[in-house]
Amino acid sequence: MNDRSDVPTAAVRTVKLRKVYGNNVAVDDLDLTVNGGEIFGLLGPNGAGKTTTGGMITTRVLPTSGQAFVGDVDVVAHPAEAKAKIGVVPQSNTLDRALSVAQNLYFHGRYFGMSKRVAKEKTDELLTRFRLEDRAKLSVSALSGGMAQRLMVARAIMHEPTVLVLDEPTSGLDPQSRLALWDILRDLNGAGQTVLLTTHYMEEADELCDRIAIMDHGKILALGSASELKAKAGGASTLLVKVSGDPGELIQKLENAIGVDERVKIVMSESGVKIIGKDVAQLISKVVSSAEGLGLKVYDLSLVQPSLETVFINLTGRELRD
Amino acid sequence: MAKTIDESIKAQGGSVGRMSYVRVIFALLARDLAVLRKTAAFFVIRVVMQPLLFVFVFTYVFPKIGQGVGGGGSKEAEFSTLLVAGVVGISIIFQAIQAVALPLVQEFGYTKEIEDRALAPMPTWGLAIEKILSGAVQAVFAGAVVFPIVLFVPATPVHLHIDWPVLITLVPLAAIVSGTLGLTIGTLIPPNQVALIFAIIVLPITFLGAVYYPWASLTPISWLKDVVLVNPLVYINEGLRAALTTGVPHMEIGYVYLALIVFALVLGYVSIKGLNRRVVG
Repeated sequence: MNDRSDVPTAAVRTVKLRKVYGNNVAVDDLDLTVNGGEIFGLLGPNGAGKTTTGGMITTRVLPTSGQAFVGDVDVVAHPAEAKAKIGVVPQSNTLDRALSVAQNLYFHGRYFGMSKRVAKEKTDELLTRFRLEDRAKLSVSALSGGMAQRLMVARAIMHEPTVLVLDEPTSGLDPQSRLALWDILRDLNGAGQTVLLTTHYMEEADELCDRIAIMDHGKILALGSASELKAKAGGASTLLVKVSGDPGELIQKLENAIGVDERVKIVMSESGVKIIGKDVAQLISKVVSSAEGLGLKVYDLSLVQPSLETVFINLTGRELRD
Repeated sequence: MAKTIDESIKAQGGSVGRMSYVRVIFALLARDLAVLRKTAAFFVIRVVMQPLLFVFVFTYVFPKIGQGVGGGGSKEAEFSTLLVAGVVGISIIFQAIQAVALPLVQEFGYTKEIEDRALAPMPTWGLAIEKILSGAVQAVFAGAVVFPIVLFVPATPVHLHIDWPVLITLVPLAAIVSGTLGLTIGTLIPPNQVALIFAIIVLPITFLGAVYYPWASLTPISWLKDVVLVNPLVYINEGLRAALTTGVPHMEIGYVYLALIVFALVLGYVSIKGLNRRVVG
């Protein structure tokens, strides 16, 4: 723990953090700092190394090399101390099915050194705060996905961790529960809770996070606030073209007609053909004539303002959800 | 959210800090006991059925219908007496395996329920020790629940002669060895092959564990007498015979303690390593 004092406010810090599974480098010498009080998002497609990064920071995955600190605690050298400082909401429902809703909180408090009285009080308080008091005595298997997620968040913050780490917290939740969880995280953050979350939903990162690290193949490709990242994309916007017929032919033709380089990228997506770059609006006539040349009918053409997805495609030439 | 979040969250990392692992282990044990209390009726049924039926058939029904095991007359009484240790011993080891190995299958399964406990502020070996102790406590309960059955069900009288110092030291040691065995099985066998536990481990251990006969009586089959020495239940039962009865042959008690301590250390080491491998990726 020699170089820990350079960023005194860091809630989480990694230094050349690396994890290799066989021949696969899941996380590649990652240097990352999460400041105290912020909501920090790791955004990237599945397999980008987000979950592994979260796992290493929370002692659940042993790094191949490098270091990770929570506050000033080295998580590899002192996992027990680190565990006291982290609250974890994993991707799957890890509630204790042998216990009731209230007992899940009560015993969590006891594991973290609370007296019976304090654990009981905290349990009641959290059940009320997270609107679960009428389910207190039920088995956790009687909870809906959204409720189970709320209970996991309540459990994770019960011991007042330095950082709350959530892995894909809203994947699999219905839209309403997702919005409710965002509200909860904003409230917690408003009260000073540092949050580190991984997500592959760009809206989630955009809406919620103070800073976002865009991650792919174990590396951070870009880092900044959502607006900074969008600005870094150089004002690139997206032209979305929907045609009847095979868009593959169109892409080929457009690539020849427009010429693809660092400034313009063309990808196929579920919603249509996306042309990303600066001043793509000027390409509209070329797109239409190319499509007509192929006998394809353009039935929708829209210009989408820069989003994190634009940024991601700009960086990788791929869609975020692939 | 009806309200904004409690101010207490601001006091980041306030209430926890360094604390002793023993306290965490006790909290985890309290959790296991709460679960056990909730399912106490099932626990008793699970523990009692096998020994009850066994003792009933072999020491009540058989003597009554003139098919006494052991040769009739005083031999029958001797069989009832030697069976006391065997049935208590089998209950201890069987219950510890059930209490530790079976829940691990679910806890390490798809949902990784173990995670909240694995994230309690202590090293993973602390969780392993908790699991072993939890299994041991349940094993001692099981032994205690079964004991009256082997005393009162047999048709022929059971002659006990209790050596308290041996009993009080041997039962916890046997229970801990059983807990380490349960954790070893639970961490080494893949969750989807749990039925194998019974076929390849529990059945040989119980049938060849000197339950129904003293170890010394295997002398005519000397290779078997040697092979069964890898079975911890042999030492548990031989030790319990020394603790509970006289007139039934048993292994030298010093060897019993030595073997059980070696089993506890070796299986303890293997199971801690095994749990660590399963918990930390």
